[in-house]
Amino acid sequence: MKLLIKGGEVVAVDRLTVEKADVLVVDGLIAAIGKNLPVEGAEVIAANGQLVCPGLIDIHVHLREPCFEAKETIATGTAAAARGGFTAVACMPNTNSVNDNVSVVNFILAQAATAGLARVYPIGAITKSSKGKEITEMADLKAAGAVAVSDDGLPVTSAGVMRRAMQYAGMLDLPVIPHCEDHSLVANGVMHEGYYSTVLGLEGIPAAAEEVMIARDIILAETTGCKLHIAHISTAGAVELVRRAKERGLDVTCEVTPHHFTLTDQAVVGYHTATKVNPPLRSESDVAAIKQGLADGTINVIATDHAPHTLEEKAVAYQDAPFGLVGLETAVGLVFTELVATGVLTVVQAITKLSTNPAKVLGVPGGRLAVGEIADITIIDPLLETKVDPKKFASKGKNTPFSGRMLQGLPTITIVGGKVVYGES
Amino acid sequence: MGLQCRHLLGLEHISVADILKILATARPMKDIIKRQIKKVPTLRGRVVTTVFYENSTRTKMSFDLAAKYLSADVVGLSAIGSSIQKGESLADTARTVAAMGADVLVLRHPASGAAALLADLVPCAVINAGDGRHEHPTQALLDLFTIKDHKGSFEGLKVAIIGDILHSRVARSNIWGLTKLGVEVRVAAPATLLPPELSRLGVKVYTKVEEALAGVDVINVLRLQLERQKQSLLPTLREYAVLYGVNKERLALAKEDALLMHPGPMNRGIEITAEVADGDQAVITEQVTNGVAIRMALLYLLTGGEIVETIN
Repeated sequence: MKLLIKGGEVVAVDRLTVEKADVLVVDGLIAAIGKNLPVEGAEVIAANGQLVCPGLIDIHVHLREPCFEAKETIATGTAAAARGGFTAVACMPNTNSVNDNVSVVNFILAQAATAGLARVYPIGAITKSSKGKEITEMADLKAAGAVAVSDDGLPVTSAGVMRRAMQYAGMLDLPVIPHCEDHSLVANGVMHEGYYSTVLGLEGIPAAAEEVMIARDIILAETTGCKLHIAHISTAGAVELVRRAKERGLDVTCEVTPHHFTLTDQAVVGYHTATKVNPPLRSESDVAAIKQGLADGTINVIATDHAPHTLEEKAVAYQDAPFGLVGLETAVGLVFTELVATGVLTVVQAITKLSTNPAKVLGVPGGRLAVGEIADITIIDPLLETKVDPKKFASKGKNTPFSGRMLQGLPTITIVGGKVVYGES
Repeated sequence: MGLQCRHLLGLEHISVADILKILATARPMKDIIKRQIKKVPTLRGRVVTTVFYENSTRTKMSFDLAAKYLSADVVGLSAIGSSIQKGESLADTARTVAAMGADVLVLRHPASGAAALLADLVPCAVINAGDGRHEHPTQALLDLFTIKDHKGSFEGLKVAIIGDILHSRVARSNIWGLTKLGVEVRVAAPATLLPPELSRLGVKVYTKVEEALAGVDVINVLRLQLERQKQSLLPTLREYAVLYGVNKERLALAKEDALLMHPGPMNRGIEITAEVADGDQAVITEQVTNGVAIRMALLYLLTGGEIVETIN
């Protein structure tokens, strides 16, 4: 089985360049990259003018299965991933049961294999039932296929428990992905605390709620030596904390979501529940700091925090709606429209944050196009424009604040293990 | 006809022209309330529904009477003993009420933005009778009416709002309304009860009540919810009363003819002393009468009525 991607602009993350070349895939692996590769015996994808990228990897999604199949299933979630240009996703453990034991890992992997679309990397829980009390059987989880541990959706409130978890995960070389939020500061907050929370009369979530927890976890990571990847940072103070930790040489990485570099808390005006997300949409100065952090490399990864909910769950008063929005099918368009077209990131930097760095953080295959690598490839047309239409989403979740927004730069073909899982070949 | 706005969701987005029209229309409405026969046929055949998800005495009764004085049929729905208790969503409840033929839906709800949510869903006019901490526009309008009644105009006035600004929809609506009319607005509260970036709304923010009160024309004292102490927003009610309670000495810092207002219900001895609440400068019961007049004016204007000098 041969596949030839012909005439595209190959994004070479190692050399920091974009070069016109053909990519030959044989039996699920990249067999050759070069000019004018022979066509014979291969199915040809004409990629003129398009970016041929290492498969994008979203290291922060909620696939909702088991238990919350009304919101999303592994089949619909991976279909959304493929449509959004992601060849792999790492799914958070806040399902029911929580992914805190091997049987849930096995179930997720089996469902993903049946779906046969994007690769799925399960993330195990840090603590049993994510209750923050007792650490999970992390060695067992890792052996079954978990690539990291996180209690995403909830903080590990006890610093003592977090310290032990980091020591244990560090021993196993499992990255710890904390959801940094001090609940005593969040209280009943539903949006960023600032001018707009004052005007809208909604309870605010101060930036400090995120920052004090990030500071704590950086200190604990330093003393335990664990690999720390901070989920969804959203404030200027958070960027600064990570920047300083990196300057000290710590093994700390972090991610930001497309909605946090695109929208501010002003988007909440009108009380549209699609804008209710945790961490909340922040102020203009936070967004500016996030963009600076992306440009200077403080922020390594762009991840969606794809969080589907049903229509009826979101069709309620703002304070009563669940947190979360869907991101898989708008991420690439937002990265290209908001970051690449505006000069915040180059194409290579953007793809590095969407593919290479996520692969490094989780220690999974892919992330670069090279002979012998798995043939996970995303083809992006940087000029293709579309208006976001949630009705066309493959995801069950239609909860996006970007409905109707024009995006330029979209995935056209997604290839996983040499097989086209989205787009016309 | 009527108002530029189709609903009354708050004072943030309403025009000054609409505010002035409502205040002007409330004047003849107040005359009706003072008559021996308090009923005009103006809204005969019109239906007003009140949907209350929170307990309310004065606002609910005020809307009921306003509708009745104008001969509208008024039906109320409260959170207790209705489909609301059966878990029907706010949106479904509103659609049901509207489908029964309501011309005006009056909503009180604990969630900020609830009235805005409904306004997008129902064909009738929506009046926000208080949504969470967001707005309570009819209260602010009756406050404006009361001020105008006594001061003649808004020009050059200074108004101090004292108390729990953070949780207060009355404060927010008053701030929007007063600043639109060019009034200098001051707010005073402990730092724990002030929302962030308040000064961007064009108000002066104080933590010392004496500074806020110096030379003002109107003092509007907010009710302090007694549970704030448990939320560690206040050490004790006693210390709040000592630092912020409006008493005779503090009242004397304002202009000699300053009005003392309170949206009720009062915690006498906490945010306000009985002595000043019952004193000459207090217009608290007048506010209640004016509330009925304002709500009559709104029901009339939102169903398409035009401004008039008197109503028969």
